[in-house]
Formats: sequence, structure tokens, C-alpha cells
Amino acid sequence: MSAAAHPFLPPRSAHMLRRRASNLLILALAVAAALFAVAILIYLLLYVIVRGLPFLNVSFFTELPAAFGSSGGGMGEAVQGTLILVGLASIMGIPLGLCTGIYLSEFGRGSFAGAVRFTVMVLTGIPTIIFGLFAWVLIVIPSHGFSGLSGGVALGIIMIPIVASTSEEVLRLVPKEIREASLALGATEARTILSVVLPAALNGIITGIVLAMARIAGETAPLLMTAFGSTFWNADITQPMDALPLRIFVFTNSPYPIQISQAYAGSLVLIALIFIASFAVRWATGGFRRRR
Amino acid sequence: MTIQVQNLNVWYNRKQALHDVDLTIAPESVTALIGPSGCGKSTFLRALNRMHDEAPGARVQGKVLIDGVDIYARAIKALYVRRHIGMVFQQPNSLPHYSIWENVAIGARINGTARGRALQDIVERSLRGAALWEEVKDRLNTSPAQLSGGQQQRLCIARALALEPGILLMDEPCSALDPASTLQIEELILKLKQHLTVVIVTHNMQQAGRIADTTAFFLQGRLVEVEETTRLFAHPQRKETEDYVAGRFS
Repeated sequence: MSAAAHPFLPPRSAHMLRRRASNLLILALAVAAALFAVAILIYLLLYVIVRGLPFLNVSFFTELPAAFGSSGGGMGEAVQGTLILVGLASIMGIPLGLCTGIYLSEFGRGSFAGAVRFTVMVLTGIPTIIFGLFAWVLIVIPSHGFSGLSGGVALGIIMIPIVASTSEEVLRLVPKEIREASLALGATEARTILSVVLPAALNGIITGIVLAMARIAGETAPLLMTAFGSTFWNADITQPMDALPLRIFVFTNSPYPIQISQAYAGSLVLIALIFIASFAVRWATGGFRRRR
Repeated sequence: MTIQVQNLNVWYNRKQALHDVDLTIAPESVTALIGPSGCGKSTFLRALNRMHDEAPGARVQGKVLIDGVDIYARAIKALYVRRHIGMVFQQPNSLPHYSIWENVAIGARINGTARGRALQDIVERSLRGAALWEEVKDRLNTSPAQLSGGQQQRLCIARALALEPGILLMDEPCSALDPASTLQIEELILKLKQHLTVVIVTHNMQQAGRIADTTAFFLQGRLVEVEETTRLFAHPQRKETEDYVAGRFS
């Protein structure tokens, strides 16, 4: 008998070596691509931090923009405006989006549901400036003026399909067995959804909502012709209202380095808001196991 | 509660799952439903508490009389039927986002049958009735995810008992459990039958032999034979029953 190698030992044939080499190559390419993507993200973050952090101070949040070219001042009204606009949008976007998601997941059979699902899918892909136009035609023109309300409505409409599709996905994942348990106890469908299905999916739904809020917080285009922006303190939603992305946009277009640096600071604040929101979600839903 | 099934035919969309089933189930006894996969025993069980209504394309013809009332009559709503019939499923389906206490209480909460002090009593009584109280009484506020499979299934039984049903339907409750837990649950069933009518679907003939007073054999959507358990296994009347019991097909 020839001294054949044991079948479990790695073989030395050219064919097997080629296979291992190509396996390593693909693995290396995948890792390199992932590293590249992460590297871009890190570079972006570091750049914004380095350019913006020195100009981030308390007055950033408490003062109005200074005249172009002068130092000092801040974006206080923009921060306030963004918070108000996101709040306004959420009042509209969360209930409508969540209910649509519940409808699609729990009652979504038949052609009407199919049409709704398709519409939601299309809406998530539409450029957001069009929602701005929609709100412009619907509210700005009849009311003869830009307003925070129209901006909130535009952002709210953007939120609806995002919240609807993430809610539907998460609700679908709730196992059938749990629903059956509730029905077998004599619960109505509505009660089953409220007491059993929704709580089971709550973590995912909250995550989806917060991510949608973070997304619209950064939207600029729909606000250009609705909230329009301003450089004064304004909490009145019937008047033009400022927002961080708008102010950043204006400042970046200025020829003065001071304003550009403040724009970086504003970008940093926006990114930080999104980070804080994401971590808050993780913290809140991580501990969300049992009540009482 | 007595159950009388008369001329029951059940469909899923076009497919007929049960043909002309007539069966009377005696109160305060254990009736086992046996038969090969797909014979309709689970469908029959679900028809008893109108859970079959939830299936897509469900259609039912015939009568199911519980204490003399046809549950499929127009005037009867499914959810009132389900309040008085408990169901335990094959996979323990305790609600993971509620505590153990809340899991047992949820039936009473949903139906508004008790609250406060009375609810506390019901929860304790049901957990004792399901032989689970001693094991969980110190951790009622924790999640049921920590419990073993057998304990979770007993939790589901407690949940069903909390509504003080007259009938308990069990769909292969032990098939996902280890032998020790299975034995515990079988002992529990023997205790429960003193004041409940138990109908249990099982693919395990030895189990039927251990706990059932009456056994019904289903095949291809028809009730082939129903008999007192020992007689069914020792002297089956029909050839199909004899073949199944002898293990010639399953």
C-alpha cells in the first residue's frame, strides 16, 4: 500500500491549494470593503469634530447668528427650530405611520393592502424636496407665508412611510403562537394587537420611530420652501422657522471662515443629536423587559 | 361541560379537513384524539373552541353543542365561547414581555372577570392548580423566559385555568417536552379531570393509554372509531384502528 495521507488531513494537491487561496482572496476583499466603508465614516466624523468642536460652546445654543464676518453668535434659534419641527412632524408621522404599519401587518390581505404597501414603498424613495413642494402648495400658498407648520407637515409626511414600513416589518416578526394564545383566551383582534402584539414588537417600533426622527432632523430640501428659515428666535409655528440644516446650508455658502466653522459646529450638533437618539433608544429598549 | 358534535364538516378553503364527525364527549373525563399526521385531529380540536375560524378560508358546517348550546349558531360570538374553554398549544407560548404573574392574570384582565384581591387569588389558585406555584412563587415578577419547557407549559395551563373553564383543550401539549416534564403534565391532567372536561390530541398512543378514559381514532378527516381506551387498544373493531394501534402506519 502506498503511504496515502489520512483523508482528514489538509491535502496538498494543486486543486485544493487553489481553492484555499481563492477563499482567502474573497474573504480579504470583503474585509477590505468593510474597512473602507468604516474608514470613510470615521474620516467624516473626525473631520467634522476637528473643524467644529473648537467652535462649539454654550453661546452656540443661546445666541442668534452674528453678522457675517464677525465672530461670536450661535445657532440657538436653529436648534430650537429643529426640535420644534421634529416634534411637530412626529405628532403627525408617528400615529399615522404606526397605524398604517399595524394595518398592513395585521389586516393586510387583499388588493387594497397591496396598493397601500406599494404606495408606502414608493413614498420612501421619493426625493424629499417633493414633499416640500407638496406642503408649499398645500399650506404656504393659501396662507401667504412660510411657516413652521408647513415645514412640520412636510417632515411629517416624510416620516409616515418610514415608520409604516419598519413597524410592519417588526410586527410581522411577532410569532403567530403568541397571537393564538391571546385569541384562545377570548380576546378580540383589537385587544390582541394592543395587549400582546404591540408590546412584543415595541422595541423594534421605538427603534424605527427614533431613527425616522433622526432622519428628518437632517432634511434640508423640504424646509427650503416651507419653514424657510430665519435668524430670529421664533417658536410660533405660523411664522417662518429656522432649522439646523437650513442654517448650516446658509453658513456654508458664506465666504467667511468663521461662519463656515460655525457650520461645522452645527453639523456636529446634528450628528450628536442622532447619536444621542440612537443610544437613548438602545438604553430605553434594553431595559424594557418587564413592567411592575 | 358536555360536548356534543353533530355532523361536523370543516374546510380550509377548498380542502375538506373533516367529514361528518359525530362525537359525544363525557364531562369530567379525559378524551384522547389519536391518528396519523394530517388526519384532522387538531382541526377537530380547534373546531371545539372556534379557533379554526382564524384559519384562512375556514368554513364549518354542522353543530358543536356545548352544554346544549350550538357554538356555531349565528347568535353566538366566538370570543364568548373561548372565554369558557381553555386551550394549551404544542409549543409553550407564554407571553415573553409579561411577567409570570401577568401571564396568568392576562386572561382575566382581558375579559374583565376579576381584579385586585380577587385577581391575586385567581392567579395563585391557577398556579397551584397547574402544580407550578411552589416553583415560581418567589419570582412572580420575572420573565417566563427563565423557566424550563415543562414549567412554561404548566404556566400556559395555569393561564388557561385562570379563566375557570369547564373544558380544557390540549393540542399535543407534551410533544416538545422531555419525558420527566411529560410525566408531570400527565399527572396534572389526571388531577384536572376531576372537575374539567379534557380533550387532548396526542400522537403518542402510550400517553393515551396512560391518561385517557376515552380514545377517538381519526383517519383522513373521518372519525373511525371511538371507544373506552383499554377496549380500543385491546379489541379495536375496525381494521384501520387495529393497523394504527399495532404501529403498522403512523
